[in-house]
Formats: sequence, C-alpha cells, structure tokens
Amino acid sequence: MPAAHKPRLAVFKFASCDGCQLSVLDCEDELLAVAGAVDIADFREASSTVLDGPYDLTLVEGSVTTPEDLHRIQEIRAQSRALVTIGACATAGGIQALRNFADVEEFRKAVYAHPEYIKTLATSTPIRDHVTVDFELRGCPINKFQLLEVITAFLARRAPNIPTESVCIECKRRGNVCVVVAHGTPCLGPVTQAGCGAICPSFHRGCYGCFGPQDTPNTDSMTKNLARLGMAPAEVQRVFRTFNSMAPAFRAAGIAAVKEGEKA
Amino acid sequence: MTERTIAVNYLARVEGEGALRVRIHDRTVEEVELKIFEPPRFFEAFLRGRSYREAPDITARICGICPVAYQMSSCNAMEQALGISVTGAVRELRRLLYCGEWIESHALHIYLLHAPDFLGYPDAIALAKDHPEAVKQGLALKKVGNALMTLLGGREIHPVNVRIGGFYRCPSREELEAIRPDLVHALELAETTARFVAGLTFPKIEEDYEFVSLRHPDEYPLADGEIVSNRGLRIPPSKYDETFEEIHAPYSNALQSVRKGGGSYLTGPMARYALNRDRLSARARKIAEEVGLEPIVTNPYRSIIVRAVETVFACEEALRIIDAYRPPAAPFVPPPDRLGPATGYGVSEAPRGILYHRYRLDAQGLIQDAKIVAPTSQNQKRIEDDLRSLVTRSLDLDEAALTNMCERAIRNYDPCISCATHFLDLDLVRD
Repeated sequence: MPAAHKPRLAVFKFASCDGCQLSVLDCEDELLAVAGAVDIADFREASSTVLDGPYDLTLVEGSVTTPEDLHRIQEIRAQSRALVTIGACATAGGIQALRNFADVEEFRKAVYAHPEYIKTLATSTPIRDHVTVDFELRGCPINKFQLLEVITAFLARRAPNIPTESVCIECKRRGNVCVVVAHGTPCLGPVTQAGCGAICPSFHRGCYGCFGPQDTPNTDSMTKNLARLGMAPAEVQRVFRTFNSMAPAFRAAGIAAVKEGEKA
Repeated sequence: MTERTIAVNYLARVEGEGALRVRIHDRTVEEVELKIFEPPRFFEAFLRGRSYREAPDITARICGICPVAYQMSSCNAMEQALGISVTGAVRELRRLLYCGEWIESHALHIYLLHAPDFLGYPDAIALAKDHPEAVKQGLALKKVGNALMTLLGGREIHPVNVRIGGFYRCPSREELEAIRPDLVHALELAETTARFVAGLTFPKIEEDYEFVSLRHPDEYPLADGEIVSNRGLRIPPSKYDETFEEIHAPYSNALQSVRKGGGSYLTGPMARYALNRDRLSARARKIAEEVGLEPIVTNPYRSIIVRAVETVFACEEALRIIDAYRPPAAPFVPPPDRLGPATGYGVSEAPRGILYHRYRLDAQGLIQDAKIVAPTSQNQKRIEDDLRSLVTRSLDLDEAALTNMCERAIRNYDPCISCATHFLDLDLVRD
C-alpha cells in the first residue's frame, strides 16, 4: 500500500433529475484532471466500477422520498468523511417537495393506474433533515464552477469560497439593467442567493429563485413588491413554492403570502 | 429442471436508477423485468393548479440530461392550447437550442456511457488512459453542445430563456456568429466520431422493430412534426392518446407504453434515422454512406453510429441556422388576451426519442390535468423484448457474460430513467 493514497470520491443519487451529478461530467476541461486527483469509488452514472467505502468526499444529489432512502442515507453518512449535498433537491427538497403541501395518496392515484405498486413517503425532505451535512451547494441546477471550488476546497481541507449574498450583487457586477426598476418585471433576485451569474435578468426575465434564499432575505418586503407589481397572493405563493419550497425562508414566505392576501 | 436468475441491482452508466431481473426455466426465458426504481416524483400531480407559463421550467426538472426536450414539448402543447403558433426566426432558434442538446447528449452517451462497453472499460476515465485522444475529442464535442445551450439559454442544464411563445431575449447576429468557429470544429469532430464508432465491433443481431418518430415535410425532425411509423402510422400529436396506451407493471415506477391493440415499439435515433434518412443534411448523409451505415438499422448495438450521424446533422443544422439568422422583430408571440378552457398536445424529439405532453387548462390558464410520456417509458417494453430475444439466444453463456450482455443491451437505448421516473439493477433467475 502506498502511504499517500488518493482521496476517494463518491457520488450518490436520491430523488432528482440527475442534472447536478451531470454537472461533474459537464466540466469538460477539468474532468480528466479531477479524475486524476481522486479515486472515483462510486459514481454509477459514469462508471461500472464500484468500490466500497469509506469515502473521503461524498456528493449527494436528490431528496429523501422513499422508506429505503431513509436507511441508505444513514449508511452513506457512516461511510463518508465529508458529505456535501449538491442542488436544490438535496438542500431544500426540490420540486418534488410540492407533495409536502398536498395529499400524497391523491398524488399517487393521479399518476399511477396501480398506486399500490408505488412505495413512497408522504414527504420529500432535504438530506440535512436526516444526517449531518458538511456543506450544502445550492442551485437548480448547481453551478459547475462552484462545484469545482467545493471539491478543490474539501480536497485541500479548507472552507469553500461560496458567497451567500443576493443575486442582485451579481447582477450589478454583470452590469445588467435592473428588470424590476426598468421594466416592472417581478424578480426574486433580492431574496435569492447568488451563484448562477444572474442569468435570468441577463435574458430580460426576473429571477425565479432556483438557488434558494440568500443569507438575510427580506421576504416580507419581496411579497409586498410582488403584489405591487400585480401578482395575486396565490401567484406569490407559487413563486416561493417551486424548486426550494422547503428552504425555511421560502417556506415561511409561501405561507405568509396567502395570509397577507387574506388580510388585504 | 434448472432455474436461473440474472440480476443487475443497479445499472451503471445510465441516467437514473434501474434494475433488471431475468428468470430462466428449463432453457426458456420466462420473465424479463426492467425495473425502474427511481423514486416517483409526481410531476403530473403537482402541475395541477400551476400556470401554463410555469410548465417549461417545471417540467425541465424531470430530466437534467434533456431539459430542452421538456421545454419544447410543453411549449408546443401550451401554444396549441392558447391558439398561437411560433414561426420564422423564433422557431429556428428553438431548433438551434435543440441542436445544442442533441450534440451534448449524444456526445455524452457515445463517449462517456456507451463506448466503454465496446472497448472493454468500466468508464471513460479508464478509457482515457489508453485512448486519451478519443475521450478528449468526445469532451470537446460535448462542450460545444453545452456552449450552444449556454449561449441561447443562459446555462446548459435547465436553460432559463425559453418561454411559451418563444424566448425572453433573442440573440444578436454577432452573438451567434461568435460560436460559429466552435461549431465548424464540432462538425469535424462529429465526423471523426462517426468514423471511430463505425470501426467498433458489433454483435450480429437483427430485431424486427416498429419504429416511431416525428416527421416533418422538409426537415429532419427536432422540435415538432407528425408522428409516423414504419407500419403505416401517421397522426398529429393530438391523436397520441388514441394510438398509444400506458400500462403499469407491478415491478416498475415507470409506466410502459404500447401501441393500442399492438405491442412494443421503438423511438429514438434508430427510429428517426429509419424514417427520416431522406431529410438528413448533406454531410450527415455523406458520412452515413462513407462509414457504411445501412439505410435502416435493425442491430441495436449499431445505434451508436446513428447517434454519431445525428451529431453531424445537429452541427450542420446549427451552422445553417446561424448563417441564415436575422433577429426576429419580437422574441416571443404573446399569449391571447382572453384565455378559454382548452387542451393542448405537444411532441418533440428528445435525444432518446419522442416526448409527449398533454395539458388541459382552465379559463385562468391554470393546469387542470397533465400527461407526460417520456421516451424511455415508450422504449421500456421494447428493451424487455430485446433482452428476451438476446437471452434466449445466449443461454450457454455464464452468468457474468450474460449479465454483461444484458447491461450492454440496455445501454444501446440510452435510457433515461430520471425521465421514465428513472434506471437499472439486473436480477437473473435460472429456474
């Protein structure tokens, strides 16, 4: 055995679209360098090779939605020195967490002819609800350059440099004209965490919050602004209840949006 | 009396979570079950009550590999329901965005997921140690597809620029021309890819398929068209539900499609190529001839060559669109002022086959009912049929060889299990 072994990387999937783990393969210029710096121990989407744990760095995509997953995440945690969640499903339940606000039995019957064949939990929950998470990388999907920073940081045993400021900061840096001020377009930028590069405003549309809440989001003010721009309470609730509905700040804002509407 | 089971509990190098179980009794294949255990996410249920405007962004999250397909099929369906049609430069930009997704997805499948099977490697990283140039060229090709999606859509996964009626913002000519040199290079790489994959060794297998794809009067199908088959089917998307049905097998979280009153069918590159070869661009047709690709491919292992030919097409088509581009007067066709209750049907060609969406809207434009049929659900039954025929002919192989063969057979279809809910675990029982 050589004394300095390469760090072992594992990538596991829970309920998700596969897009965040695809981001690893989308690092076309860096993929072979990353693969050279680590031993890929378990990454089913990319390799038939499966090595047993423990793993030095584990990336987890997806949310917990089945009885088996409740056990699987515990086993994965036990085998992982550091566990990083990647994307909105793993950090905030994902779009499939909309079941949390509905009757999952009725959902099951609406989609499947034989609902009795389908095993599912009533909720879709983020990974941190079940195990300790060392770092949460935001985004639906994640930004692949942020992912490279996180992998690099963990391999170097330093903290990742991932800003938690709002999309507005990125948008200003990019030199965009503000879509709210100039065009009256509803935009979640002020309450949403940066990381995407403010792409929606760059395409003349409002941010739709896919990176989840920034570190100090003023969602009450945002709700008032959205109403002023003509959105009905139910619409305001929907914008908070999309890809990050279980992030605490967005979850509370979704509930408050309709209560505010009832008062008004 | 002997009983054998072949089991793959988690299929690798496919998108999503699936398993395979084959039960053999006295040299007869009794059961083939492609199990999709990707957890259900209930998109069709939670789309109810959402605005028609939200469908492209929400349904894109069904699949990180082919989000553009979901955006295009949902736009087609909603636009039909709203009574608007998208033409001219905006429609061309949709095809251009779709070319980006085809290049990215086909390059991913050819080099990172499928080629290692033919050359005996567990993955592309191991392949790169012995064949670095091949893998680097695959990554370079994939990168151009992603760059095209990023240029038009802001990012490669879940692009943000698609809306009902068109785009939020259309690019300038200069923005599009900036990517031209990369696409010229990608076209050459795609041709090299076709030559490379045509030189692989293929098992000798022929299957009898009903091919189903879209067909357009004068284009190779991408974002729209009629649904046709090699057995005389020709229907508009609105007749899909009358023609196909979904059945729910007890072992799967995905619904399987069949022709009503008929059996399984195949959608995807082999079907598109068989039914639309006459619509391929010039260099794509030329390379198909050069590498000796038969006009109708019935050996599923050779689908890798068809994907390469389609990648040549996608690069050439992207260049054609860029060269002819004049920015449209408006980036989107606005929705009508008054909505009525309406139903819309939309189909487009995802890299792995046709993707069907149907929505019923109320007078406020809220979704009352949604139906989405992913290409992998449609191919699932056909994959099982292929496996049954393959295992029947290969009963003398040992477990490891048989299991490996089954996994390879499944990867021929580039299944996307995140889509079909999601992929694979082989469980082979020999009674």
